[in-house]
Amino acid sequence: MSAETLIRVDNVGKKFCRDLKTGLWYGVRDLVSEFTGSANSGKQHLRPKEFWAVDDISFELKRGECLGLIGRNGAGKSTLLKMLNGLIKPDKGRIEMNGRIGALIELGAGFNPILTGRENIYNNGSVLGLKKKEIDGLLEEIIDFSEIGSFIDTPVQFYSSGMKVRLGFSVAVHMKPDVLILDEVLAVGDSGFKMKSFNKINEIMREAAVIFVSHSMPHIATITNQVLLMEAGKSAFQGDDVALGIDKYFSHFSGTDPKIEFNGLAQIKHFAIIPSHRYAQEKEEHPLIDYREDIEVDIHLSIDRSVADFHIKLQITDKDLKIVGIYDSFQFQEAVSNDREEHKLRITLPQSIFIDGEYAVSVFIQNRNVETKRMNILGLYRYWQKFKMRASKGLGVVPAVVYLPGTISNHSLAEISETPTKTLKTL
Amino acid sequence: MEKRIYTPESNIQRPWIMLRDMLADMRRGQDLALRLTIRDIKALYRQSFLGLLWAFIIPIANTLTWIFLNSSGIVSVETTALPYPIYVFTGTMIWAIFMESMQAPLTKTTQNKSVLAKVNFPREAIIMSAVYESVFNACIKGLILIVAVIALGYAGGWSMLLFPVALLAIILAGTTIGLMLTPIGTLYADISKAIPLIMQFLMFTAPVVFTIPAEGKAAWIIRHNPLTPLISTARDWLTGGAPEFLNGFWLVTAIFAVVFLLVLIAYRLAMPILIERMNA
Repeated sequence: MSAETLIRVDNVGKKFCRDLKTGLWYGVRDLVSEFTGSANSGKQHLRPKEFWAVDDISFELKRGECLGLIGRNGAGKSTLLKMLNGLIKPDKGRIEMNGRIGALIELGAGFNPILTGRENIYNNGSVLGLKKKEIDGLLEEIIDFSEIGSFIDTPVQFYSSGMKVRLGFSVAVHMKPDVLILDEVLAVGDSGFKMKSFNKINEIMREAAVIFVSHSMPHIATITNQVLLMEAGKSAFQGDDVALGIDKYFSHFSGTDPKIEFNGLAQIKHFAIIPSHRYAQEKEEHPLIDYREDIEVDIHLSIDRSVADFHIKLQITDKDLKIVGIYDSFQFQEAVSNDREEHKLRITLPQSIFIDGEYAVSVFIQNRNVETKRMNILGLYRYWQKFKMRASKGLGVVPAVVYLPGTISNHSLAEISETPTKTLKTL
Repeated sequence: MEKRIYTPESNIQRPWIMLRDMLADMRRGQDLALRLTIRDIKALYRQSFLGLLWAFIIPIANTLTWIFLNSSGIVSVETTALPYPIYVFTGTMIWAIFMESMQAPLTKTTQNKSVLAKVNFPREAIIMSAVYESVFNACIKGLILIVAVIALGYAGGWSMLLFPVALLAIILAGTTIGLMLTPIGTLYADISKAIPLIMQFLMFTAPVVFTIPAEGKAAWIIRHNPLTPLISTARDWLTGGAPEFLNGFWLVTAIFAVVFLLVLIAYRLAMPILIERMNA
């Protein structure tokens, strides 16, 4: 029971047309060939202005597995899902779906806006092939989970987007699907509901095959056990090394290209991050830092004469463009006085505890206005230098920003007699 | 466990499997269709002060127009067995039933575009709900007609029992023609724009407000309009006239029944292609 293959996708492709009018005309021609049954001859070829929105995708999914489908906007993820759900036909290849399919393709979709929440539950249920009695039995549970409460008898058109998602998700997961397709549905909904949803997905996964589309990599990392990275319709990465897939996904972004945002009063002449000793010989594009080694930064600056002194702030962002750490010299020392043509500085950030991955450092050179107590930016070099963290001891990818160091000490029995009193006091 | 296979091949190459799936979907979609119909009808009248009255305000207004045109001599209609006002009133009411059932499939499909594009449910439910709504509308208009002819003393006696059969035949014809236009109509707005034009032409070439002339080109066209036997038989059964086109009525109904099945299949085949282009 646990190992049966529920989804089998073989070399599936789908064409789309760039031009609306041409697309409509192709639609008419497709209709004709569909009716005459002579469809196949031309289907494999692209007609003018067409492109493959999904190209040659294959995978299999068994009960108990969760596939994370990732890729940039327009990579073909939703098109693939629509084919899996039988809404549109593939232009090549073959899709086999087994069992009951629960799909949440788009926010609030599947609901008839003029029907009430309760009526929509029955509609969705009957569409999925459930008898009225079965739905009666699930109704309470669905309403409870969705936290809709007394709004269940209000037409869905008056629901907030969060309520629609909650109800849609609740219906989809309670219908006991064999295959569950979730497209970017947890983006809305408050964090409490998100948590609840993840737990529910984990619960369902034991008895179903789940396809999960999300742009939130922490979500992907938490619940999927294999990923398919799509890029312009094609599979760019596929496998059960979720961390590697996520890494590949991020490497497609050019959003972290170095950029000088402002350098009117301060210019960086030289900037380098010193790789850890252990990795010094490795030919990597970016310097490699070992977990719990110091990050050492060499920075050569020239500052405009009108500025008396300055501070340096380093802002470290991960691939999600999330700021994961900030160093600001203002916190630790007096301003560096601007007493020379070129400053040759070294900044040491001791014992970096970032998890494995690629990071970018943005450099802020600023000086503090004593009267207003505000920082004036003299120079801002965005994503100026990248570096990579790599734990030589192999901590693995964890869903965290930092990997906290710590110690365990083993108290002897004699010492324990003292500690309880301490604990009690702090309580 | 249910197994579904999607391939580029047209399902028409396995007609029996497709028919079986279609019947299963119609059964599965019944509930949904009924619920959609009830809701749509409610919604139709909820935001309207006159509500159901609209069902016969328009035919009565039409009737008055034609009575005026006829009595003022702008158009002159050959004498009919029935008084002209009753002839026009029954004609426009029956015509309205036909028109509504013809527009229903395309309207319903366009209305439900977004749901169709995102949820996999039996597509036949849309068509069934269109038919249900047409039947509902026909019931109201049919009742009004029956009450009217009895009140005016032109009731047809026992043949009135056959009147609902004629109405069903008209709904069948309307739905079939409407369904035929739906696939292209969802792609191109031209169809819905052209429908009023076509309807006007059809109305003037059927015995709705004009009677059938004894001879001439117009007579030939009207006699060969497939809607003529339907409309005139419905009216004859209602008012007790001798049905002139009885054979034609059964023949046309049978043909429409067969064509209806074919376009239903076509609709099913067309839906994935339409959905793909709807999004485009």
